[in-house]
Amino acid sequence: MNMEWYNSQAAPFLRRFHRRTQALYAGDFPCAANPAGTPDFPAQFPCSYARSHSDPFVQCLVDALYPEVGEAMVQVFDRLGVPLIYPEAQTCCGQPAYNSGHHREAAVAARRFIDLFEDAEAIVCPSGSCVAMVRRHYPELFAHQPIMRERALQVARKTFEFSEYLVDVLGVVDLGAAFSGIATYHDSCHLARTLGIREQPRQLLRHVRGLSLAEMDNSDACCGFGGTFSVNYPEISLALVDDKIDNILNSGTDIVVGCDVSCLMNIRGRMSRRGESLRVLHLAQVLAGEERT
Amino acid sequence: MKPAPDGDYVATAREGMGNACLQGSLRSLQARYGKGALDAWKALPDPNLRSRVKARRMQTLAHLDRVLALLSQGVEARGGQVFFADNAEAANGYIRDLARKRGVKRVVKGKSMLSAEIGVDAVLEAEGIEVVETDLGEFIVQIAGSSASHIIAPCIHMDRRQIGRLFANKLGIPYSEDPPTLTQAARKALREKLLTADMGLTGCNIACAETGQISLVSNEGNIRMASTMPKLHVALMGMERVAATLEDQRDLLQLLTQGAALQKLSTYVSFVGGPRREGDPDGPEEFHLVIIDNGRSRILADPEFREVLACIRCGACLNICPVYGRIGGHAYHSPYSGPIGAVVTPLLHGINHHADLCKGETLCGACRDVCPVENDLPRMLVALRRKLAYGDAGWGVRPHNRLEALGFKIWGRIMGNSRLYAAMLTIARALQRPFVGRNGMIGPLPGLQNGWTAGRDLQPMAEQSFRERWRARQNNNPATADNSRETRHGR
Repeated sequence: MNMEWYNSQAAPFLRRFHRRTQALYAGDFPCAANPAGTPDFPAQFPCSYARSHSDPFVQCLVDALYPEVGEAMVQVFDRLGVPLIYPEAQTCCGQPAYNSGHHREAAVAARRFIDLFEDAEAIVCPSGSCVAMVRRHYPELFAHQPIMRERALQVARKTFEFSEYLVDVLGVVDLGAAFSGIATYHDSCHLARTLGIREQPRQLLRHVRGLSLAEMDNSDACCGFGGTFSVNYPEISLALVDDKIDNILNSGTDIVVGCDVSCLMNIRGRMSRRGESLRVLHLAQVLAGEERT
Repeated sequence: MKPAPDGDYVATAREGMGNACLQGSLRSLQARYGKGALDAWKALPDPNLRSRVKARRMQTLAHLDRVLALLSQGVEARGGQVFFADNAEAANGYIRDLARKRGVKRVVKGKSMLSAEIGVDAVLEAEGIEVVETDLGEFIVQIAGSSASHIIAPCIHMDRRQIGRLFANKLGIPYSEDPPTLTQAARKALREKLLTADMGLTGCNIACAETGQISLVSNEGNIRMASTMPKLHVALMGMERVAATLEDQRDLLQLLTQGAALQKLSTYVSFVGGPRREGDPDGPEEFHLVIIDNGRSRILADPEFREVLACIRCGACLNICPVYGRIGGHAYHSPYSGPIGAVVTPLLHGINHHADLCKGETLCGACRDVCPVENDLPRMLVALRRKLAYGDAGWGVRPHNRLEALGFKIWGRIMGNSRLYAAMLTIARALQRPFVGRNGMIGPLPGLQNGWTAGRDLQPMAEQSFRERWRARQNNNPATADNSRETRHGR
């Protein structure tokens, strides 16, 4: 299902995106000289996207609770030389309401998101579940409103999750980042299962100097967050997050890295109560780590 | 099936989570079968098999009336009888009357979830008829007076010590916890029942309209005996469990046995199309196929949920669901547990009544990945939640939680206005201050927040939101001051 979507919707867009930017900046930058013209760009930057820009969508949870994650993402883009245009009126993608069945309220948030980001070249968000919301559920929300649906599809085509944008769109896997420690990666459900993004974050982590990656058992098992589920069914939710934390601890690592702060908030919140001292970080925070030479 | 009182989901889930034996079994079940099914799909020689089968399944459902007519013609042509039952009462009435007419004293059953759905056992027992389950797991559950907690492995909540004690009590054998000894004891007890039964009552895995036969899979051979040894064979079939062609039936059986038990083919596959004919060495004298609606046509009529009728009840979604993997099957209060149960039970027995099933999942999507017919169960759970949020006249749903609805109304207002949103952040930051502990986290809180903070610390709002930090950054760096669309979109 995801691959089908990817092949029909995302892949043609990505190809257009590559062509457009390559044509615009041919010759100006080292990576445009990539003779094969494949997405396999050399890891030199600023690359050909330096003059194009992207619009970050910094979802509500990051904005209010974890602004450092948003800042880390900005630092990464700064280092890549990708200019950012941040629409300041943004709030929430509508996912909490959507998953709870309150689709009228979710549509209000979705409409606002589409109004704000319609003109963006690429929308980048440090959350797999928000991107899944935009890509998969916005067109569903407006299934009976042809014009809105078309607008939703347009926006969906250019909305990317942070690690996906770096690897698949910019073609960068080595950000010159450094971070010391052993990390394990938690696959968020919507990122891994809905969007099919499992390898990109791992590729990025493998290129971080000083960091080694160790897999935990069941890395793609749900952490038990599930939005209002975690509040309505706390005992079940806690059982799931305890399983996740046990797997993390058994992996013998000292950092847990994820791509969705909602999972991380759940894992960190439970760890804090259990008195575990492992670091829980968003991928952007690891990638923002500077190499000290 | 007697409806369970609302709210039982959480209480029974708690019991399941506290049952160490169940937890151990669920862990090994999920480690082996859930992942195994995913691997099996990856290893399919034809990678498009699942989507092709799904498409055929939906096509068949779109012409279900004609496909079922064809099936019943085939069965009747071979001398079998077909009864279409609108609901559980009609099906039970038919079976009861048949049992009365034939003077049935003992019924042996092959595993059938539909028989639990319509509650036929109680109806027959009220007639003074002895009803015996012949599937080993179902037999154990039956003599224990318990109910199935997995659609393929019914007694997964019991270990061999419990089963040993149970058999010592009920079968009068010396206590043993050796599985082969226990299996032999059950086999001996069941063989006697099978040899003396007057009626065999089975389900139907997948029927085929083209051949006019139903198919039954089993690994124990009990279903073949239950369907051939008694004089009377009654098969219960949900009206959606039919394939149009033999080819479709073959594909479905292949997906069923792989999804359920990682088997390319189960030990026994029986095709039954009617009673014994002249010259047949065995087989029943009468064959009755009871095709049961019991709420399925309502699902068929709703394009949002029709997909769920494509399900072939392999149980793969139970073997991967993190929630089922913790709470076990009894919490679902239905013969259908796990993710499939969470969708189909509310649709069959009332959405309000089973609201907890609609809301008690994380929507992680593992069930969608593992489903042999690629059913999008998370999508349907969200659709059920939408009905609970706003009510739905067609399905007779009342709005479920007015407080939550009010909450999301307010949430919608706040998220629709960035200034209001920023103002709310400021207020929340001020209110949270007294609660932030020394470790920088918020500890246990009373009231609504307790759902989160009872077992987890809460991350407090940051002193400065990302937006505020971004603004500060822009002000310090005039070169990039135009990098915001506030002026165009400010609201």
